[in-house]
Amino acid sequence: MRNTIRFLVNDEPRELRSIDTNLTVLQYLRSVEKYCGTKEGCAEGDCGACTVVLGELRQGKMVYRAINACIYFVPMLDGKQLITVEGLASNEGQLHPVQKSMVECHGSQCGYCTPGFVMSMFAYYKQNTEADRTSLENALVGNLCRCTGYRPILDAGKQMFSEPGCGRFDDRHEHRIVQKLKEIQAEESLHLEHSDQQFFAPTKLEELLELKNRFPEAHLLAGGTDLGLLVTKLNRRLPVLISLEKVSELHTLSVLDSEVILGAGVTYAEAESVLKQEFFGFYEVLLRLGSVQIRNLGTIGGNLANASPIGDSAPALIALGAEVSILSMRGERKLPLQDFFLDYRKTALQPDEILTRIHIPRQVQETDSFFRVYKISKRFDQDISTLCGAFYLRKVKGRVEEIRIAFGGMAATPKRALQTEKFLRGVEWSEKTVELAMELLREEFTPLSDFRGSAQYRKVVSANLLHKFFLETSSSESRVGVLHHA
Amino acid sequence: MHKKISGGVSESVVHDSAIRHVTGQAVYTDDIAESYHQLHAALLLSPHAHARIVKIDLSKAWKCPGVEAIITADDIPGVNEVGPIFPGETALASGVVQYAGEPIVAVAAKSESEAKRAVAAIEVEYEVLPAAISIEDSLAQGLKVAAEHTLKVGDSQSALKQCEHVVSGEFHIGGQDHFYLEGQVASAVLGEGQEMLVYSSTQHPSEVQKMVAQFLGIPRNQVRVEVRRMGGGFGGKETQPAILACIAALLSVKSQKPVKLRLNRDDDMIMTGKRHHFLTRYKVGFDNEGRIGALEMVLAAGCGQVADLSTSILDRALFHSDNCYFLPNATLHGIPCKTNTVSNTAFRGFGGPQGMLGIENVMDHVARYLKMDPVQVRIRNYYGTADKNLTPYHQTVEDNIIPEITEQLLNSSQYFLRRKEVEEFNASSRFIKKGLAFSPVKFGISFTTSFLNQAGALMHIYADGSVYLNHGGTEMGQGLFTKVAQIVAEEFQIDLSRIRVSATDTAKVPNTSATAASSGTDMNGKAAQIAARILKQRLIDFAVSEFKVKPEEVIFHNNRVTVGERRIGFSELVNMAHHARVSLSTTGFYKTPKIFYDRGKAKGRPFLYFAYGACVSEVLVDGLTGEYRILRSDILHDVGTSINEAIDIGQIEGAFVQGAGWLTMEELYWDSKGHLKTHAPSTYKIPTCRDIPLDLRVEILKDSPNQEDTVYRSKAVGEPPLMLANAVWLAIKDAVSSFCAPGENPNLNAPATPEAVLKAIGSLS
Repeated sequence: MRNTIRFLVNDEPRELRSIDTNLTVLQYLRSVEKYCGTKEGCAEGDCGACTVVLGELRQGKMVYRAINACIYFVPMLDGKQLITVEGLASNEGQLHPVQKSMVECHGSQCGYCTPGFVMSMFAYYKQNTEADRTSLENALVGNLCRCTGYRPILDAGKQMFSEPGCGRFDDRHEHRIVQKLKEIQAEESLHLEHSDQQFFAPTKLEELLELKNRFPEAHLLAGGTDLGLLVTKLNRRLPVLISLEKVSELHTLSVLDSEVILGAGVTYAEAESVLKQEFFGFYEVLLRLGSVQIRNLGTIGGNLANASPIGDSAPALIALGAEVSILSMRGERKLPLQDFFLDYRKTALQPDEILTRIHIPRQVQETDSFFRVYKISKRFDQDISTLCGAFYLRKVKGRVEEIRIAFGGMAATPKRALQTEKFLRGVEWSEKTVELAMELLREEFTPLSDFRGSAQYRKVVSANLLHKFFLETSSSESRVGVLHHA
Repeated sequence: MHKKISGGVSESVVHDSAIRHVTGQAVYTDDIAESYHQLHAALLLSPHAHARIVKIDLSKAWKCPGVEAIITADDIPGVNEVGPIFPGETALASGVVQYAGEPIVAVAAKSESEAKRAVAAIEVEYEVLPAAISIEDSLAQGLKVAAEHTLKVGDSQSALKQCEHVVSGEFHIGGQDHFYLEGQVASAVLGEGQEMLVYSSTQHPSEVQKMVAQFLGIPRNQVRVEVRRMGGGFGGKETQPAILACIAALLSVKSQKPVKLRLNRDDDMIMTGKRHHFLTRYKVGFDNEGRIGALEMVLAAGCGQVADLSTSILDRALFHSDNCYFLPNATLHGIPCKTNTVSNTAFRGFGGPQGMLGIENVMDHVARYLKMDPVQVRIRNYYGTADKNLTPYHQTVEDNIIPEITEQLLNSSQYFLRRKEVEEFNASSRFIKKGLAFSPVKFGISFTTSFLNQAGALMHIYADGSVYLNHGGTEMGQGLFTKVAQIVAEEFQIDLSRIRVSATDTAKVPNTSATAASSGTDMNGKAAQIAARILKQRLIDFAVSEFKVKPEEVIFHNNRVTVGERRIGFSELVNMAHHARVSLSTTGFYKTPKIFYDRGKAKGRPFLYFAYGACVSEVLVDGLTGEYRILRSDILHDVGTSINEAIDIGQIEGAFVQGAGWLTMEELYWDSKGHLKTHAPSTYKIPTCRDIPLDLRVEILKDSPNQEDTVYRSKAVGEPPLMLANAVWLAIKDAVSSFCAPGENPNLNAPATPEAVLKAIGSLS
């Protein structure tokens, strides 16, 4: 078993044996590397000031993704290239096209968010050959700027593609990085120790199960986008971390005849294209979950195992009739997702068990089937839902044959509106019956009042979302909402 | 001869730090290299909104690893005082805590996490006292942080009786967190002879210096405060940084080591002040044409636990409760309500936005009541130029250009055509409605506390012809350093690259005012211009005596100086002057002329001039959920003669989007116990790049120099454009009204969150 991690900081190799396993990459950069270009704006992955880019080898090619350094633990850098704002300009000091266009377009004012923007834009630059507004916005909504009003930054994002290419990580120089990364790849499992801390990165499922059995209190680390907050926000120490990243069985994604199977370690970003194809409503709501930086790390399995009442994956998956596979050394079991959530932040997982797969039936694809997910929040992107409603309907001759309605934000767990479903099953799918169902739905849950919205607002809107679903499934207008009219 | 210098006035040069920003080389306070025995501080904040501190037990905290100093209010050698206007405001709570988040104990330890762990080990016993959280609580109990203030013109009481129509209403205007990306931070370094150097992320170094000196009980000449740049300020770093600086400095004295106190985002948002929230009540009388005859308005401001700058902020709110409208009879009354929440403070606009939104809502109410286009009602009530130009504070509006701006913008935005289109769309759309609104802005420029309107600059020309520029203004991203350097380049007719801008430093320019009230360029630009002209005159005098020419034969142009027939390089002339023992260093000092305000009489001329602008915004609102989207915003804004259009456009757009955030998604939420529940970006949402108008068209008003003698006839631009966003809120209200009966004035609060929208539509009752 390995006991050291190796990675690149920009193009320089690093090898660490004893390191605080709870140290974030942001803290590491600022305090160890003395690279202070990367800033802390929130320490919770919500402002993007700490954005850095990870360069990784996938099938021999470089893949780049922007992440939040503030909630990413240093051991997770193993085998990767960490690119920071200090690394972009060429060795001769010539600015990278991203930097050049940001200067020319007046994209910085106070400059504090700027390194983060530059890095998000660098990742976008690496992944695209030109900018369109929507995809550029998708790439940048995880970066907050309080000075510019964003217009000049969006301009820079377009202009950068017409600047002549240069910089240290130019395609022409990429082979050097590929070589360096090849040298530090390792197949072996990882075990780091530092004072009372342990960090494991097993490569086999059996190994993972053994570790979970040995350390039932250990924290499983998938993307770490929520786990990181325990350290940065609550000042907690996480003595045993088990990373799921290198367990290949958890990263499979298969489309079968009857179902789509997502490995629990598949990130939102990795699932995007399949979900877009198969379950468009789910894809749409996931695009609003976190930011690119979060979706590049966060996993759907993590979102479920976390059992937050406002996780956006759950309502969609429950409405889709998804099931989850749970595994331990004792064996495997399968549960409908709706039964997975027991109470506030409590799941059916036993201490030695792990969530391995999510099974989503492909019945949405059938004729006269409809599936929509509506997320309501104060801000469109990267906001936690006030409520999130997911609706699945199959009609036969104008009547409701099958309906599943699931909500987040309406109770202590993601929950189905069983009474409303029951009322609707078998009746005519008309505005009149839907209005009656809305009355039921308004009273089906007793949500909380909090800073995201009052109980009354949640009740009214939950019912209105059913109305919206009706409008979108019964008239020529397939979308009723401000975004689709804009 | 006609070749121009590079980087002079009117050129859109990039921000002086732009390249350092994009490469990560710009150094902020937290980035300054740390000493090898650097300590880090953490604070214990009150968990109660109002409580008596019975006992503080530090014994366990002292035993925590890494701890080097712990202080409470009892350890302060000087005075525990950070009140900018009124005394009695403390840096560390003494005896009583008055808001949840008030700092009580500070710990310095070898690392931030050790300091935090020691803070967690402190035991405090409290006796919880009743707390007033909302403005309504405060009004009911008559709690105030200072005296009420009233502006009065004409006789509103009797005039209201003469009006054909009278309507009244009330609405809430939420506060706003600054959400500067760089949180509050101060770093204190104890030097020899107990000299204290403080690096502070502050808009007001002189005040930090003053507060640290009196906190430590030492003269101000023993304290130096430096700030090269801030990662955003927006008013949030005007008075608030003093608390951190005082604590860091005292911890440094106690430990005899350098101490840095950097607030994490949560503590920053919980502990430091925000934009004031208001409850605004009005009664307005008007005729059939919508002309206002009388207005009575009460502005109750939620000030928090102490006054801070609240009186000045409320004054400015009252000063902007007229906006562009002539109010023949008005009584405008401000109540600074005390609540057990964090003391609110300066925020871009400084009360102006809340005052202005109040009158804009009144205009909207009048128009809806009369079923008229709100634009018509607004235009009808505009200040005149020759007459109808007296404000409720008895300053005459002398530079009114709002009619021209209005006409230009209504044309360029095709307002009336789009009004028809909006109506047609709404007639055929059941659940999705459009809204369109126009709103004007008139914003008074100057500190309303007259003595603050002074600024200084320090300038050296070195013998190689390079210029060193320092002034009292601070750089927070607004481009002040760039603009002032451009002014100096223009004066000397040398390239901008020859001028070095430097960190703001109380040892270089003393007794400065805050960089606030949009006054940065107006005041520091003038001071630097005056300094440059003094040095230039010395060079001219030297050339006159050296080359026996007349003064008018000495002309500076494009890095050269023509002296009679001779052409000399600027640096050559400087070097010659140096050898002839001419002093090449000076200060410049500027004070704003004409202004005064007699607060006792509520009369005067608080403002040197006004900056104007207007905005047309169009939105789309979903009546099922209350969600909305800004479709388009057209802006025409007055900056006088621009010193740097790119920077000015940056200010206009940035302020507009910040204002739109304030009025739409940015919601501060305190629970019934006075705990702020929205204290990080996960819970407090500021706009992202997707939230700006899909179509944003921003223009600077052309050929409109400032009528007053400001630097290069420019106008202040920091705050005024924030209020352009009123049009966004009004457009949402316009769409909401399409869900309501004709003639009905929907009661929309700010921020217009989706919930507030549904409530205004009437769906939640």
